[in-house]
Amino acid sequence: MHSLEIKDLHVSIGDKEIVKGLTLTIKTGEVHAIMGPNGTGKSTLSKAIAGHPDYTITSGDVLIDGKSILEMEPDERARAGVFLAFQYPSEIPGVTIANFLRAAQQARLAEGEELDATAYYKKLYSKMDMLKIDRKFTSRAVNEGFSGGEKKRCEILQMAMLEPIFSLMDETDSGLDIDALRIVADGVNAQRGEKLGVLLITHYQRLLDYIVPDYVHVMWDGRIVKSGDKSLALDLEARGYDWVKQELAAKA
Amino acid sequence: MSSSTLPATKSIIGAFTAEAFAEHLATHKSAPAWWLDRKRVAYAKFAALPMPSRTDESWRFSNIGTLTLDGFAPTPVSDLKSEIPKPFGLPALTFFNNLLISDRSAKAGLTAKGVIVTTLAEATTQHADLLKAHFMAQPQKLGSEKFASLHTAFVADGAFIYIPKGIELAEPIIITHVATGAGTAVFPHTLVIAEENSKVTVVDHFVSADASAHFACGANDLYAAHGAQLTYVAAQAWSKDTLSFQFNSTVVRRDARVQSLNIHLGARQARHESLSQLQAPGAFSEMLALTVATGTQEFDQRTLQIHQAANTKSDLLYKNALNDSSKTNFSGLIIVDPDAQKTDAYQSNRNLMLSEDAEVNSLPGLEIQANDVRCTHGSTTSRVDPEQLYYLQSRGIHPKTAHQLLVFGFFEEVLNRLENEPLHDALRGLIQSKLGQ
Repeated sequence: MHSLEIKDLHVSIGDKEIVKGLTLTIKTGEVHAIMGPNGTGKSTLSKAIAGHPDYTITSGDVLIDGKSILEMEPDERARAGVFLAFQYPSEIPGVTIANFLRAAQQARLAEGEELDATAYYKKLYSKMDMLKIDRKFTSRAVNEGFSGGEKKRCEILQMAMLEPIFSLMDETDSGLDIDALRIVADGVNAQRGEKLGVLLITHYQRLLDYIVPDYVHVMWDGRIVKSGDKSLALDLEARGYDWVKQELAAKA
Repeated sequence: MSSSTLPATKSIIGAFTAEAFAEHLATHKSAPAWWLDRKRVAYAKFAALPMPSRTDESWRFSNIGTLTLDGFAPTPVSDLKSEIPKPFGLPALTFFNNLLISDRSAKAGLTAKGVIVTTLAEATTQHADLLKAHFMAQPQKLGSEKFASLHTAFVADGAFIYIPKGIELAEPIIITHVATGAGTAVFPHTLVIAEENSKVTVVDHFVSADASAHFACGANDLYAAHGAQLTYVAAQAWSKDTLSFQFNSTVVRRDARVQSLNIHLGARQARHESLSQLQAPGAFSEMLALTVATGTQEFDQRTLQIHQAANTKSDLLYKNALNDSSKTNFSGLIIVDPDAQKTDAYQSNRNLMLSEDAEVNSLPGLEIQANDVRCTHGSTTSRVDPEQLYYLQSRGIHPKTAHQLLVFGFFEEVLNRLENEPLHDALRGLIQSKLGQ
């Protein structure tokens, strides 16, 4: 079992503090959902863990199996097992999905070791079949001209190929119609298990009907203010975020 | 020549003295008189014309101070000590320091179809009329008349390729030009005549067999007759201390199509001039180039698309990736003659800066004398998008590899225009080896 520990994390963009002391531990085998209104710091949290250069961690720590990853470059964090499924994945003109994933696989091998191309394609095609992705997809440039659903499926395909230990899924449901959402959810569910810990970031309860979380956390103004099981998500759906706000106010 | 005796003003003939020219002629005594006369006329022109100056518009942005004709050996003698790289497979002809060292043209089974793949030396006697009509026959309008004359004066040999009417060749014809030895001057030449409705791909590979400084002054003449389809690829991989000039002339006749792709990798300073003349309706010239500039390399690209007839089309796309403190200059001009109505001309220079210290100069231009035309031109210079870089890194890809992928992505738009898949792969490999350095 592996653990991802987020300890009293503070994150700023420029001078503005967005995440204000967040603590959370995720273990492999668990699916955690973080919910909260827009602008509360959910996406910032995921990007900071994945090492995006625009996000500054001002204090606190992020550890995998007790070892801080904050000194690692983004590519090192990825090779250490962190995967970020982007809300808005970049388009990379001229770089095919096949070449892109091949480079990502090659990066995980020891220096001088060559990727087994036959095994690579076998794996790629089986994962594509699982996600109902057409084979022709591999020769298309990464995300270029993709529909919203294709982009998200492409993210899940990458996750399936790279087999991370911890996957941070940033608003994976945004921009998806119900069919695309189901395919994406099936893809994630197929990867669920003892080897993977998931942090699902979502604005809406809808995604959690398809990927049922073990834990639900409510994020508000840069912190986790409430945690519970999947029923918390249903409460939020029924009562809205104002309910949490009122509770907070009452405590204060 | 010792460096301590350098004259205060740079010599306009450098190592290419009258004695050196006489020595060159002496080694070509058996050549026909008309050929030797051409050389004499060219030498006189070369010797009379001044070196480019800072005020010449056609040399704007070029580093004039590093252009020197001193210290080169016009008639080199050297042994081939190392293996010649063969990224495109076995060449039909291989020239080593201007001389033919390997001829596989007969083995390729081309002669049966009437295809001629031979040397310029052979052509001066066997195909004199074709050579007279096409060898360096087009005007030098892009600033290097002096160096083009030098080429004609000293050219020792080269490739002569003739594709008869209606013949289509699936396999590319590969020509390799090798330079080796310090100070060696080479004058590679490739002449391609594609007759009516023929189809051919010719690859010129320019390569140094050692790391010493060479002087390369090459030219290629491309002629596509009615309905011909000619693809020409040049991969320039001279040593990084080489001073290189390359002059391209393309003539496109009715309904013919020429696609040229120049890959610029080597040399310390390389100037490439490319002229396309669209002479009859339906003619189409596609002019493509890719440059990987690193270190302190300077690449100078001057282009001219002349539309001389109605309903002609040209499409230029030059892409440069610049690292370190390298520099690229692009200056392109589209001329549409008064009668060339319905011209469709496009010119685009795109630059990807991989370093803060690199320098890009880009001067696209139009000169339109017809009133019913579609001409667009443009130039863009961009940096690597940090979000794209981060995206690749977030998948575990090392930053250096991520940069390479982005450069390839940038180049792919050009490479994808090549029909020939193995050629595409070979060029990718060459570019990869430069990027991986």
